[in-house]
Amino acid sequence: RHRSVNVAVSRLYHADKVATVGSQPDSQSPVFQENYERMQALVKELKDRAERIKLGGGEKARNLHTSRGKLLPRERIDRLLDPGSPFLEFSQFAGYQLYGKEEVPAGGIITGIGRVSGVECIIVANDATVKGGTYYPVTVKKHLRAQEIAQQNYLPCIYLVDSGGANLPRQADVFPDRDHFGRIFFNQARLSSEGIAQIAVVMGSCTAGGAYVPAMADESIIVRKQGTIFLGGPPLVKAATGEEVSAEDLGGADLHCRKSGVTDHYALDDNHALHLARKAVRSLNYKKNLDVTVEPPEAPLFPADELYGIVGDNLKRNFDIREVIARIVDGSKFDEFKAFYGDTLVTGFARIFGYPVGIIGNNGVLFSESAKKGTHFIELCCQRNIPLLFLQNITGFMVGREYEAGGIAKDGAKMVTAVACANVPKITVIIGGSYGAGNYGMCGRAYGPRFLYMWPNSRISVMGGEQAATVLATITKDQKAREGKEFTPEQEAAMKEPIIKRFEEEGNPYFSSARLWDDGIIDPADTRLVLGLSLSAALNAPTQKTRFGVFRM
Amino acid sequence: TKGSIRHASVGRIEKVLIANRGEIACRVMRTAKKMGVRSVAVYSDPDRHSMHVAMADEAYHIGPAASQQSYLCMDKILDVAKKSSAQAVHPGYGFLSENTEFAELCKREGIIFIGPPSSAIRDMGIKSTSKYIMSAAGVPIIEGYHGEDQSDERLQSEAARIGYPVMIKAVRGGGGKGMRIALSEAEFHEQLESARREARKSFNDDVMLIEKFVENPRHVEVQVFGDQYGDAVYLFERDCSVQRRHQKIIEEAPGPGISPEVRRKLGEAAVRAAKAVNYVGAGTVEFIMDAQHNFYFMEMNTRLQVEHPVSEMITGTDLVEWQLRVAAGEKLPLTQEQIVLRGHSFEARIYAEDPNNNFLPGAGPLLHLSTPQGDQCTRIETGVREGDEVSAHYDPMIAKLVVWGEDRSAALKRLRYCLRQYNIVGLNTNIDFLLSLSGHPEFEAGNVHTSFIPQHYDQLFPAVQRPSGEVLCQAALGLLLREKQHTEKYRNQSSDMYSPFASSNGRRLNVLHCRNLTLQLGDNKVPLSVTYNPDGTYSMETGGQVFHVSGELQLEGDVTYLWCSVNGVLSRPKLVILDNTVHIFSMEGSAQVDVPVPKFLVGVSGSSAQGGAVAPMTGTIEKVLVKVGDSVQKGDPLMVMIAMKMEHTIRAPKAGVIKRVFFKEGSQANRHAALVEMEEEEGAEAE
Repeated sequence: RHRSVNVAVSRLYHADKVATVGSQPDSQSPVFQENYERMQALVKELKDRAERIKLGGGEKARNLHTSRGKLLPRERIDRLLDPGSPFLEFSQFAGYQLYGKEEVPAGGIITGIGRVSGVECIIVANDATVKGGTYYPVTVKKHLRAQEIAQQNYLPCIYLVDSGGANLPRQADVFPDRDHFGRIFFNQARLSSEGIAQIAVVMGSCTAGGAYVPAMADESIIVRKQGTIFLGGPPLVKAATGEEVSAEDLGGADLHCRKSGVTDHYALDDNHALHLARKAVRSLNYKKNLDVTVEPPEAPLFPADELYGIVGDNLKRNFDIREVIARIVDGSKFDEFKAFYGDTLVTGFARIFGYPVGIIGNNGVLFSESAKKGTHFIELCCQRNIPLLFLQNITGFMVGREYEAGGIAKDGAKMVTAVACANVPKITVIIGGSYGAGNYGMCGRAYGPRFLYMWPNSRISVMGGEQAATVLATITKDQKAREGKEFTPEQEAAMKEPIIKRFEEEGNPYFSSARLWDDGIIDPADTRLVLGLSLSAALNAPTQKTRFGVFRM
Repeated sequence: TKGSIRHASVGRIEKVLIANRGEIACRVMRTAKKMGVRSVAVYSDPDRHSMHVAMADEAYHIGPAASQQSYLCMDKILDVAKKSSAQAVHPGYGFLSENTEFAELCKREGIIFIGPPSSAIRDMGIKSTSKYIMSAAGVPIIEGYHGEDQSDERLQSEAARIGYPVMIKAVRGGGGKGMRIALSEAEFHEQLESARREARKSFNDDVMLIEKFVENPRHVEVQVFGDQYGDAVYLFERDCSVQRRHQKIIEEAPGPGISPEVRRKLGEAAVRAAKAVNYVGAGTVEFIMDAQHNFYFMEMNTRLQVEHPVSEMITGTDLVEWQLRVAAGEKLPLTQEQIVLRGHSFEARIYAEDPNNNFLPGAGPLLHLSTPQGDQCTRIETGVREGDEVSAHYDPMIAKLVVWGEDRSAALKRLRYCLRQYNIVGLNTNIDFLLSLSGHPEFEAGNVHTSFIPQHYDQLFPAVQRPSGEVLCQAALGLLLREKQHTEKYRNQSSDMYSPFASSNGRRLNVLHCRNLTLQLGDNKVPLSVTYNPDGTYSMETGGQVFHVSGELQLEGDVTYLWCSVNGVLSRPKLVILDNTVHIFSMEGSAQVDVPVPKFLVGVSGSSAQGGAVAPMTGTIEKVLVKVGDSVQKGDPLMVMIAMKMEHTIRAPKAGVIKRVFFKEGSQANRHAALVEMEEEEGAEAE
C-alpha cells in the first residue's frame, strides 16, 4: 500500500516535467569563435549607432532646448515612466541614412511602450532637437505605427508634443495621402472610440494640424510659458488679419486652461506636466486582464550570448533552431510538437517570462510536410489562445518539379492562410534570412505581426542577391542566345556584381529599419527580454476569435 | 530596634499600583510580572496608548496631560489604588516619589508606600537638617558657614576655619550669579565684594554663605538598601559625574579609579547615613569627591534612582524585587558579605534633545526606532515604541541603555557598539553626542568630573562631516530599491504577476538608461547620475567619482537593512526613508541625505524641508502676529510658539501674502503642522 502511494506521487511529479532543449556548445571550436566575434562586432556597431541616435539633434540644438528649461525627449519619457520601468523602444533607426545629407535621428520622434502608474502605455514623444520636431514622411509613418500598435494591443497613448508640424519642404509626402499626417487625428478619434485613452502633454508648440493632437485627446496637459496651441501662429495671424499677438497670448497655457478650455491641466514645468500625466493614467481605472495562464518565469539554462557563437553572421551556415529556442524560453523548456514530421519546421510550446507561447522556427527550407505541420500548429494555438512566435530564418519554399507536382504551392498557401487569419498575438523575429514566400509563411511584415524585430546579422529580400543575379543573368543569357549574341562570363560577372551589391544593401536590417519595415534591430542577447515585454504588451488586448479562410486541400 | 517597631508592616503584595509613567513604570511592571504580582497603571490623556498602559494588567485614567492634574494628583491615585484593591503603591522616581504627604496618606489608607518612611523623606529633604544628621552620624560633610553674622571679619574667619579654596555664594543665588571662588586668603575680600555686588544687582539681597570649594569634583553616589528590621547594606558606588544642564547623562558603576579601601569607606559612610534616619527601601547617598578621593556628603535621595540599573548589573540584583519584598516586610535578600561586585556597567541616557543647541529638550514622534538586541549584558529600559510620541508634557528621556562588561573597557566598548545600533528618526537625540562622549580618550581613561563637557567641548562637538561619495551611493541605492518596492505594488493589482515591465531594471534597447538624481545635503544640492547596467547593477557618478553599486533591501523584523556593495566593499547599514529623507545608520555612524521635493509637490508634502511656515516642534501658539491678507517679507515673524518651555519665533520662509492662518492664539500645534498658508507671488517665485 505504501508503495502504490509512492508510485502515484512520482507519476504526478513526472507528469509535470517538460524536457529541456539545447546543448552545451563547443565554445572552443573555430566556427563558434568566428561566429561569436563577428556577431559581437555587429552588436557593437548596433550599440554605437544607437548611442549616437540617443543624442537626438546636434549639441547646439540640445543646448538651446535645455537652456529653455525643457527636458530632452528621452528624459521626458524616463520621468513619465514608473521609475526604472523598462522601455520597449521602436524603430530607433527610422530615417537612418534615408534623406541623404539630412540626418533625422530616430525619425525625429521617439515611440515605445513603458509602464506609467502600472499601466503599459504607448508613448509618442516629438524630438524638438531634430529639425524642430517637424514631421518628415518617416516621422509620420513612425507615429502611425505607434498608434497601430496601440490599437492592436489596446494600449493607452500618451503624446508628448513638441513639434513644428509638417515639414513644409516635404509636404507632398507628408500631407495628402491616406497614411499621411491627417491619419494621426483620424486614429486618435478611432482609438478613443474604442476606449483606448488618448492623453496629450503639450510641452512645446502644436501649430496648425499639430493643434489637433491635444484638441483630439481625451485629456490634455499644457506647460505654462512653454506649450502653445494654435491653428495659425503669430506670423500667419499677422499676414491674415494684421493682428499682432505673442505666441503665449495666442495659445499659451493660461489662455487654454482659463479661457478656451482646449487643455485641461496647467503645469508649471516639464516635470510637473509629466507628473500630471502619470496621475491622468492613474485615473483611467484601467486593469489589465490576462486571458492566458501564467507561470513563474525561469531563466534559460544557457547564457544568452552563446547565440552569437551559434548563429554568427554567415547566413549559409546551418544551426539548429532549438539551440536558439533554448536560450530564449523559460527554463529552456520546449514541448515540441510533431518533432519527426516535416522537420525543417520546428514547432512547439514554451513560456517566456511565464507567458505561454507557440513557437514556429525554421530549420531549413520549407517542404509540403513542414507547411502542413505549421498550419496545424497555428490552428492549435488559435484554438487555445496561445500567442505565436515566429523565428524566421528562411530561404523559401522548396522548388523543383517533384515539389510543384506534390502541391507545394497549395500546402504553402495553407500555411500563409493560417498565418494571415490567426488572430492570436503574433510576434516575428528575423534571426537570419527572410526570403520570398518564406517571409509570408513565417509572418513577415505584411502578415500583421503585432511586433517584428530583426537581428543585426539578418537579411530581407525577395530572394538572395546571388540567386537574383543568377536569375537575371540567365534571362539575359537566354535572350542573347535567342538573338545569337554572345554572353561572356566576364559580361555575366559584370552584370551580376551590381545586383548582388544592391540586394546586399537593400536587404540590410538598417535599410529595413530606416523605412519601418520592422519595429527595430535588437541585440540577439536581448531577444528574451524584448519578447517578454512584447508579449506583456500584446496581452493587454482582449482575445479575438480566429476564423480561417478556405484551406485548399 | 526602634525602626522595626515603628514600621514593621508585614503584608502580602499581590497587586501593585505604579504611580508613574514611561520607562520606570515599565521597569517596575517587568519585575512585578516576574514575581507574579499584578500591576496597575495610571495614565493621563496623552498617555492613553503608551507602553506602560499596554504592559499593565489594569490601567486607570487619572486626568489631563498636566502632571498637577494627573501623576501628581494624590487623591486620584489613592482612589485608583482603592478601586483596584492594590495593596501597594510604587512611586518610581520623580512625581510623588519623595513626597512626604503622599507617603503619609498611603499609610493612613492602609496602602503600602514602596519607599522609606515619611520621616526619612522629610529629614533628607531639608538640606541643613540632612547635613546636621549626617555630621552627627560621622559622615563627612562639606564644611560651610550659613550664619546670620555677615560681617567681613566673621565671613573671613569662617573661610579660614573651612580651609581654602572656598566658595562664596549668595543665599538667594542661582545660575552661577552671585557666586565667587576664593583660592586664598589674599583674594577673599575682593571676591566677597564682587559676589555681593552681583547678588545685590540680581536678587536685591547680598546675604552670603561660605562653603568648601572642590575643584572639578566628581559626583559619586552609593546605592543603599534598608529593611524594616533596621538592617542596611550598600551596593557600591556609581559615578555620575558627566552632566549637562546639571543633569546626569552617562553613569557607571563602580566608580572608575576608586580603590577597594575608598569603596568600603564610601559604602560604610552611606550605610551609616541610612541607619541614621532608619532608612527602609532603596536609597542613594550622594557625595562629591575631590581629586584625592576625599568625599563629602551632599544629599540623600530617598527613591529608586534613574541610574539604579548599573548597580544591579554589577551586583546581579533586581532592586525593584528587593523593594517589593522589603515593603512586604521581608528581610534584606542578601547580607553585606553576600553582595559581590562583579564587572563594570554603564548607563547612557538617550534624550530627545539637541546637543548642538545647548541640549534644548525636544519632543515629537518616534517615526523610526530601532534598538540593539537586549540580552544578559545589554538592557534597554524604555517606555516608548516606534510610532509613539515623546510628549512635551513630561521628561524627554527616550530610553536608558545599560550594558555590562567584565571590566570597564569591555563595558565601554559594548556601550559604544550598542549606541550605534540605537537609531531614531523623527526628532533630535543625543545619541551621536553620547558616542563622541563615550569615545573621548579622557572618558576612556576614567578621568571624569562634573566639568567634563565644558572642558572638552570642542572635541565633543566635532564639525559635521559631509557624507562621502560611498554614503551618497548608498542613499541613492536605497531610494532606487524603494522605488522598486513601490512599483512591485502595482503588480498585486492585476493577474499579470510576472511581466518584465514590472522589473524596474531600467532596460532600454541598445542603449543604457541613465538617470540624473539630485540629492540634498543641508542646503547643498548634489547631483548624482545613475546608469542601469544590464546585469542589474548600477554605475553611479558623483563629484567626479564613479562607483559600481549593487544591493538589495533586507527586512528583519521591522528594520530594513540595505545590503549593498559599493566598488566591491560590502556593507549592511540600516536604512530608513521618511519624509523625503534617507537615513543611513551603520557602525561608522549615521548619515542623512535629503531628496529635494519638486516645487509642484511642496504644497501637498508634509515636509518642512522646503521652508513652509511649519511648527518646528509640538507646542502652543502664544502669539499670532499676522492676519489674512498681510504682506510679509522673508524672515518676518509670523507667530510665537511655546514649546518645551522655550519661545520659538516662526518666520516667513519667503515673501508673499498670507492666505490663511491655521491656528489661533492658545491652540496646540503638532510638529510639522502648517501654521500659515502663503499666496505665491509670481515675481518673487520666478528665479
